[in-house]
Amino acid sequence: MLGIGIMKGLVETARNFFGSYTSKQRLTTVQFPDERLLQPEATRVFPFLVYDTDDWEKGLRCVACKICEVECPPRCISITKSADKKPDYSGIYSGKPQFYPEKFDIDVSVCMSCQICVEVCPFEAIKMDNAFELSTDDRFGGLLWQKERLAKPNSYYQAIHPTDAAESDAALAEKKAKAEAKPAAAAKPAPEKAGAATER
Amino acid sequence: MTTQAVDQIFVTIKHWLVFHSPGVIQPAVSLLLSVLPLLIIFPSLFAVTTVLERKGLGRMQNRYGPNRVGPYGFLQPLADGIKALIKEDIVPIGADKLVHFLAPLLLVMTAFLEYAVIPVGRNMVVADMDSALVFFFAAGAAMEVSIFMAGWGSRNKYSLLGAMRAVAQMISYEAPLILSSIAVVMIAGSLSTTTIVERQSGFWGVWPYHWYVFTPWGMAGFILFMIAATAESNRSPFDLPEAESEIIAGYFTEYSGFKFALFFLGEYLGMFAISGLAVTLFLGGWAAPLSFLTFIPSWIWFFAKLMALIAGFIWIRGTLPRLRMDQLMNFAWKFMLPMTLVVIFSAGIWRFMPSGVVRWVVCAIPIVLLYVLLGRALMGGRKLEKRTYRFAE
Repeated sequence: MLGIGIMKGLVETARNFFGSYTSKQRLTTVQFPDERLLQPEATRVFPFLVYDTDDWEKGLRCVACKICEVECPPRCISITKSADKKPDYSGIYSGKPQFYPEKFDIDVSVCMSCQICVEVCPFEAIKMDNAFELSTDDRFGGLLWQKERLAKPNSYYQAIHPTDAAESDAALAEKKAKAEAKPAAAAKPAPEKAGAATER
Repeated sequence: MTTQAVDQIFVTIKHWLVFHSPGVIQPAVSLLLSVLPLLIIFPSLFAVTTVLERKGLGRMQNRYGPNRVGPYGFLQPLADGIKALIKEDIVPIGADKLVHFLAPLLLVMTAFLEYAVIPVGRNMVVADMDSALVFFFAAGAAMEVSIFMAGWGSRNKYSLLGAMRAVAQMISYEAPLILSSIAVVMIAGSLSTTTIVERQSGFWGVWPYHWYVFTPWGMAGFILFMIAATAESNRSPFDLPEAESEIIAGYFTEYSGFKFALFFLGEYLGMFAISGLAVTLFLGGWAAPLSFLTFIPSWIWFFAKLMALIAGFIWIRGTLPRLRMDQLMNFAWKFMLPMTLVVIFSAGIWRFMPSGVVRWVVCAIPIVLLYVLLGRALMGGRKLEKRTYRFAE
């Protein structure tokens, strides 16, 4: 009969109306700033630079090889290589002094979160972060992140991406073991990029 | 203080104030004291309704409504109002400046005019006219003019389309609106709203037996009146004139800032006014619904009934999708009009038959019969089935 469908619809909306006050399951809205969903482990938003030990400047893994700068599809990374070398503070380059980035800038507004920089880095030096609230009221300076802001400790990486961090640590340990075994066998310094294929 | 005194408190205060003002300005004071409360109460009711509507619609869609501004989000209209006030007021270069400017003002003004004849409580009506209903519908018709002014003055295709739709829709639905209230006029024998309310007073035991909604023709008339009222106030599912998915915002596409807010105010004021008229015509006006509840002041009952009808509007809006233009017109002329005509016929029978169960049945038969027959005929032998989708399943 005419009007039955309307009645059914009205009953449905009434059920929603009263149901939303009694059952929490109906209200699926997450009230964002107050409550947050746990992010999946694979979440990636923007890269950061990993450093070991507790001093970000000395412990930075990056050796300014500029592979990521070249590979970055939107060209949002800008690196200046240092003139001098710094001592191997983090202990992953078998004690040899390394170049370091004098300037390491990434433009937040240009980065497209593709993770290619992470894939190509032979030194496990750049990784993806899951922090996503990157808005700023300074549209030029605030969106160009310098290395001070990009540097984050390895423990942070282990906290946000435990599985990937474990793989990364294992790869570094393997590389280190190889590098230590080589001078014992050949009695000459191992090439810098021994075992560079750090598969993830 | 007796219940009588509480009931009449506003009337008494007004008389006292008028009595103590100098003789020369007494008429002006009397006028001001009648009009000013309406100018304050109904816009504040509008503010409360917007937030309640948004919260209610949200709950119907299983989400929270606005809940950030103030306790439970109830200060939201304040934030909206400030936002509307500080926005830039843009007038298109091609617009007819005068018409464009006057349209929202005229809309709100005519909406306010309608309140002059609605009794919001015992002895509480601004203008107790003999032909109050005629005045009400005349003012309602002026609303259409202001909407067309907005659409025409904006010099925008969307606005004009919206205005054309609005005028077509409002004129079509004005017919069933007026015809369904004619049934009430026939039984009450008066066009005066206060007389119509008086005719519905009295109780049978505890029940408000004389409310027109409790008669077969009154029940049908009330439902038809409310459907037509939904169309008149451009509310969903009849919100074609401002269908945002088709014609942006219809006739107020080119309005911004406070003029836009005025359009919203006008729309809601129109809805309150027509709901108030429905309360007056069918739901016993300011009378209490049960005889032992008469100690509660009459104005509280009027506003309670008004808000109940508004809740109905919101419920319908949360349920039904928008109609198509041809469906809208078909519904008005093929369903609403015959139904209202048979309601008038039924009211005529009711007038001349002795009261009793027989009268009830005899009056109900033509209405139910036409409803069923029209329902079948308009479906045209088509059957509504669950639609299956070839690729989406």
